[in-house]
Amino acid sequence: MNLDAKIPPGPLAQKWDRYKSNMKLVSPANKRKFDVIVVGTGLSGAAAAATLAELGYQVKAFCFQDTPRRAHSIAAQGGINAAKNYQNDGDSIFRLFYDTIKGGDFRAREANVFRLAQVSASIIDQCAAQGVPFAREYGGTLTNRSFGGAQVSRTFYARGQTGQQLLLGAYQAMCRQISLGNIHMFPRTEMLDLVVVDGAARGIVVRNLVTGDISLHSADAVVLATGGYANVFFLSTNAIGCNVTATYRAYKQGAFFANPCYTQIHPTCIPVSGDYQAKLTLMSESLRNDGRVWVPKRKEDCDKEPAAVPEAERDYYLERKYPSYGNLAPRDIASRAAKEVCDAGRGVGPGGRGVYLDLSNAIQRLGENTIRDRYGNLFDMYERITGENAYRQPMRIYPAVHYTMGGTWVDYGLMSTLPGLFIIGEANFSDHGANRLGASGLMQGLADGYFILPYTVGNYFASTKPEKIPVGHAGFKKAEEDVRQFTRRLLSINGKRSATSFHKELGKLMWENCGMARTRQSLETNLKHIPELREEFWKNVRVTGSGEELNQNLEHAGRVADFLEFAELLCLDALHREESCGGHFRGEHQTEDGEARRDDTNFAYVAAWEFKGADKKPELHKEPLVYEEVHMATRSYK
Amino acid sequence: MNLTLKIWRQKNAASPGGFETHEARDVSPDMSFLEMLDMVNERLIAAGQEPFVFDSDCREGICGTCSLVINGVPHGGRKGTTVCQLHMRHFQDGQTITIEPWRARAFPLVKDLIVDRTAFDRIMLAGGFISVNTGNAPEANALPVSKEIADLAMDAAACIGCGACVAVCKNASAMLFVAAKVSHLNYLPQGRAEKDRRVKNMVAQMDQEGFGNCTVTGSCEAVCPKEINLDFIAKMNRDYAVAVVKGELKANSGGGVG
Ligand SMILES: Cc1cc2nc3c(=O)[nH]c(=O)nc-3n(C[C@H](O)[C@H](O)[C@H](O)COP(=O)(O)OP(=O)(O)OC[C@H]3O[C@@H](n4cnc5c(N)ncnc54)[C@H](O)[C@@H]3O)c2cc1C
Ligand code: FES
Repeated sequence: MNLDAKIPPGPLAQKWDRYKSNMKLVSPANKRKFDVIVVGTGLSGAAAAATLAELGYQVKAFCFQDTPRRAHSIAAQGGINAAKNYQNDGDSIFRLFYDTIKGGDFRAREANVFRLAQVSASIIDQCAAQGVPFAREYGGTLTNRSFGGAQVSRTFYARGQTGQQLLLGAYQAMCRQISLGNIHMFPRTEMLDLVVVDGAARGIVVRNLVTGDISLHSADAVVLATGGYANVFFLSTNAIGCNVTATYRAYKQGAFFANPCYTQIHPTCIPVSGDYQAKLTLMSESLRNDGRVWVPKRKEDCDKEPAAVPEAERDYYLERKYPSYGNLAPRDIASRAAKEVCDAGRGVGPGGRGVYLDLSNAIQRLGENTIRDRYGNLFDMYERITGENAYRQPMRIYPAVHYTMGGTWVDYGLMSTLPGLFIIGEANFSDHGANRLGASGLMQGLADGYFILPYTVGNYFASTKPEKIPVGHAGFKKAEEDVRQFTRRLLSINGKRSATSFHKELGKLMWENCGMARTRQSLETNLKHIPELREEFWKNVRVTGSGEELNQNLEHAGRVADFLEFAELLCLDALHREESCGGHFRGEHQTEDGEARRDDTNFAYVAAWEFKGADKKPELHKEPLVYEEVHMATRSYK
Repeated sequence: MNLTLKIWRQKNAASPGGFETHEARDVSPDMSFLEMLDMVNERLIAAGQEPFVFDSDCREGICGTCSLVINGVPHGGRKGTTVCQLHMRHFQDGQTITIEPWRARAFPLVKDLIVDRTAFDRIMLAGGFISVNTGNAPEANALPVSKEIADLAMDAAACIGCGACVAVCKNASAMLFVAAKVSHLNYLPQGRAEKDRRVKNMVAQMDQEGFGNCTVTGSCEAVCPKEINLDFIAKMNRDYAVAVVKGELKANSGGGVG
């Protein structure tokens, strides 16, 4: 199969306009004849559902939370990028595009990233019009802050709640469409399979999480906006419900999965405190605006109170190693640098797995009140979790799994290798390459949902004119039976271990052998142990209760079952990629001073994996990354 | 530390419910309350018993999913803290803790510690939005909003929709939630055009859902994990009064198409 990204011809800056002027349109009167399923109502899904409904399509939207307003997107603290150049500091579409491509270590698709930068400004306009209470200056204009990987100030924010406020905007737009009867919303409903008829995505099988009822839904197109797979590591900064089920089951139905090994470890999280922990908590990267990261120069000082370590004995290692970006070095680089100093025995706090994030200079310079105004909620959260007051002593932080750049492969129109199946937001692979820059996840989700997908879905309908498929079709019946069978099987094992215990064990394998640094040997260890763990799971998991009621244990077991398969794909991808790039750091491929060594001759491609059947090796397909506008350079933040 | 837990067990709204007592041993003070419950559930599964179901997702105090009444207080009574962010260091060894779901007529029980809060969504459907289609937005800085107004709107918008305000109120009133939602949008110039119908429709829906009346006891503000201010209720009452008065002065909407 030939992977055709269907990138429009012409100069980079004109591709999206050309696409829009050449695409086929569905007339206003015909739009309501088309049904679209949107699974996932985080930023990307809620934006898409609302916009598609405004255009006149009939939308059914699904999420597993009790309301769309609680999707994982809500947790984003720091902000959203846009090339508005409100600070007059030289920002432009090209600069945002270039920063994103470079931040992604030249492993993203150029045309998609350029389009992202192009539509970024409209996102801010749209959100402001919806009533998102962005931070403002006294004069009433919008204000900005800086984020990692950029030398301009282009990040918009709403106190420490940017994600919640943007999500509320999208949710409210959905509410309006629900009240108008254009969206039918199914909360507490989980998609358990994709239905493919004659090679095209035609519907989904879902389970009502309250009653356990399994039902079938048919549509002309299916959109997955189901988020990332960071929880394959068990401990991550993601909400505990985040999972890979929807995209993994789509993969098993034929949608290629791209670059699963590109996972992001965020440098500023609260360190692990015990094995009872259900998740890790992020301290927004925005703190690095005013905070300085350091560890003691000498091991002997690591157990001292931080205040007892004199200035001259502190190693501000990011400022030392990366003088031009300093504390704002991109995430992958800042995380690895933290690991390096801790590996060298200079970490602080329990187990020596922590570094200081110190805002005392900024507090002195600007006063405690200004800092409280900027980051008060983060300081409060830090105190609730650790019991320590960060106005008095530096925070202790350590990297944690945060975001996944890999995802379902999509073409320029955000359609997967299965016609009619579109993937948006964190669930797709397209815009962040091997590393995502701060404040660009929200931007991408909203770009996809508000400004890209609504056009490309229309183009698909107008050019293919899909016929209606009733849910009585054999394809639907088979998918339903498979789902019932899967649930019965989980409930019938009645073994000795909980799903959580398997999830934790998998997470440990992934963190230790496929986390911040990977080697052939560590990955081979995982490729041996993961199948064993999976086998044990299917013999020894204990799922209590029944399938005909609200059963969180059953829900979790199903997600863990998918993680146990998906983890293997992730490790396989990491093993095959014999280079270091962005969040994928292979110990064998580094420069003398420990920086990532990319191999553009052999690995400048997207790795898209095709499912070939259970217990068969997936097949690798390559989409070459061709850069027309930018020159692939060695990334330097020095 | 070791604790005695009295946890609400109820199969569904139609079945009767009651407290079950469980011992929680070796609880670390650094655990969050929900991690402590996770541990209890893991032990129940190991013993072949059914775990308790409770709602949670982000576990960092922002999604508004977690919803437990602890010793009679929604979210456990620590200032500005959701139960997922409540840590065990605030409890004492040997303590007995009762754990119950939100209780309110408009929040019917689903199972054990989970209730149905979709009444809040239906209030939002009644007018909790600004009617602007994607693509219609003017340049963001074309409409300046003073920092004071933007900050007030943000204070109101900080509501996470958890429903603790309803759960703590002796009348099970949803006034603080609705006031926060109305105020967020009504303060902003972008939301002005629909100000009157918004407040009227949302209040009407609130009443229809079976939430009780507000007698301004202030208990809602005290338990709100985002510390939403009671003043927003006054603001909403003002907006409501204005809307009712204006409602009596209708513009002539006819005019014909001649
Ligand atoms: C703590 C934290 C802070 C962050 N801060 C920032 C930031 O400051 N700036 C930034 O740009 N990015 C940030 N990010 C990243 C960003 O928030 C996410 O990448 C983005 O919100 C993902 O949005 P989404 O729409 O793709 O998916 P999500 O918001 O994850 O939504 C997924 C949706 O899919 C549904 N779903 C999933 N599986 C199923 C299924 N099987 N059936 C039915 N429904 C399903 C869920 O119910 C949910 O509605 C942060 C991430 C984290 C973890
Ligand atoms: S679980 Fe999200 S607020 Fe508690």
